[in-house]
Amino acid sequence: MDTALLIEKSILVVLLFLVSLGAAAYMTYFERKLAAWIQDRVGPDRAGPFGILQPIADGVKMFLKEDFIPSKADKWLFIIGPGLAMFTALITSAVIPWGPKLHLFGRDITLQVADINIGILYVFGVISIGVYGIMIGGWASNNKYSLYGAIRASSQMISYELAMGVSAITIVLLSGSLSLNDIVNGQKDVWNIFYQPLAFLIFFICALAELNRAPFDLPECESELVGGYHTEYSSMKLGLYLFSEYTSMFVSSAIMSILFFGGYNFPGMSHFSGNTLAILGILAFAVKIFIFIFVIMWIRWTIPRFRFDQLMHLGWKTLLPLSLINLLITGIVIAYQNGWF
Amino acid sequence: MESLTNRKKVVSDKPMTLWEKIYLPAIISGMITTFKHMLRKRKTVKYPEETREFAPVYRGQHVLKRDEQGRENCTACGLCAVACPAEAITMTSAERQKGEEKLYREEKYAATYEINMLRCIFCGLCEEACPKEAIFLTDRLVPTYFERDNFIYGKDVLVESLDQRIDITKRQHTGKRSQS
Repeated sequence: MDTALLIEKSILVVLLFLVSLGAAAYMTYFERKLAAWIQDRVGPDRAGPFGILQPIADGVKMFLKEDFIPSKADKWLFIIGPGLAMFTALITSAVIPWGPKLHLFGRDITLQVADINIGILYVFGVISIGVYGIMIGGWASNNKYSLYGAIRASSQMISYELAMGVSAITIVLLSGSLSLNDIVNGQKDVWNIFYQPLAFLIFFICALAELNRAPFDLPECESELVGGYHTEYSSMKLGLYLFSEYTSMFVSSAIMSILFFGGYNFPGMSHFSGNTLAILGILAFAVKIFIFIFVIMWIRWTIPRFRFDQLMHLGWKTLLPLSLINLLITGIVIAYQNGWF
Repeated sequence: MESLTNRKKVVSDKPMTLWEKIYLPAIISGMITTFKHMLRKRKTVKYPEETREFAPVYRGQHVLKRDEQGRENCTACGLCAVACPAEAITMTSAERQKGEEKLYREEKYAATYEINMLRCIFCGLCEEACPKEAIFLTDRLVPTYFERDNFIYGKDVLVESLDQRIDITKRQHTGKRSQS
């Protein structure tokens, strides 16, 4: 491995780390603002102009709080929990292609930390590990509400991963590759959403459930479970849990725009080339991510929470059969196009 | 029973139609509603910077009035303290000495006069009880403090200063006082 590549990748990793953390921090601000707007309020507006320093104030507050570990808690697991949640939320961004190739200092720089040929599989694997952060946190707290929250989280994630995976397989069928880079390049002309609206809908609903966002926020469920899996957490450990939720929201918005909305592709991109194309591509990708985040937050402040049996009903009896039928039809159509009949 | 309003709705238990079972139309209409709210004008009044307009009869922080020549009206008769349902008012009286005629209107005056703003319920009964038109409630708000002691207002806060007279004509013209 040559040194230039190493430096290039390190810079990209650090940049990604900062961007996803910064985005997560400002998503908390945006979420509060949006909630306020929907409820005819103003929202945070005291810290700095329009309250834009609010996330920093929140972060400082989190650090200054007492870091409490309950005496009956499993100390090590209690500490590992939030770290694991944050870790899994961050490493997903490694396989995301953030834009077309940049030409800098006479080198072609790919804006993707690792172009592995099983990108989707990696993403799903990491998402599955994500449940451990919540499960370990809820278990280690030694609190019935935390445990309830953790159990709900794991059952919910396992149930919705199926339908999510099946609808992602339809995309894999369409593009013929598991690499996220190939999937994005395959959507240069027509985005996958126009071929697979149903798969997108299922994927989107499942992504909301995987993120533990409303209307599927049963693991947190303030009105029933105090605070859900992070009831016993305080200080920056709680901060990490809350932060990881926003980071994974950012990453899954990116994945949804890659799988269904053409990633960094945008209409009329054939008129540009080189670095202009790269920058415009990154911008287009950022806009798509932002729209997804906006819609996810918009849904949160509109729809009330599902009951747990309704959640399971929706996951197993509606979304899974629908996605299987969708997969079957897609498979048949592709087979027909390839002249199998 | 006859319906009192036209908002009566009969609850039905019929099974949901397919359109309702999909949920999505209902969800989308809900999201349109919330989106409309996003564009609406905010109802918030940003308090320290802006204040809401007060009604003319608003009952806020008290003032102890002086007359036209700048003499204190209060004679420490104690009627306000008796009238006060929250027992927020305490006072001690003193006799006016020679040479103090410019300070106090009558021979007796309040040496100390304290209102505990934490007890006060701003009912305005002190104002109604006062035979000397000495105490009035104004449209000023009592600020917040971190210590309880600060809420006990003495004469230094309550008596209006000579160069900054408090306008209470709005309170005087609320009908109650127009008879006298």
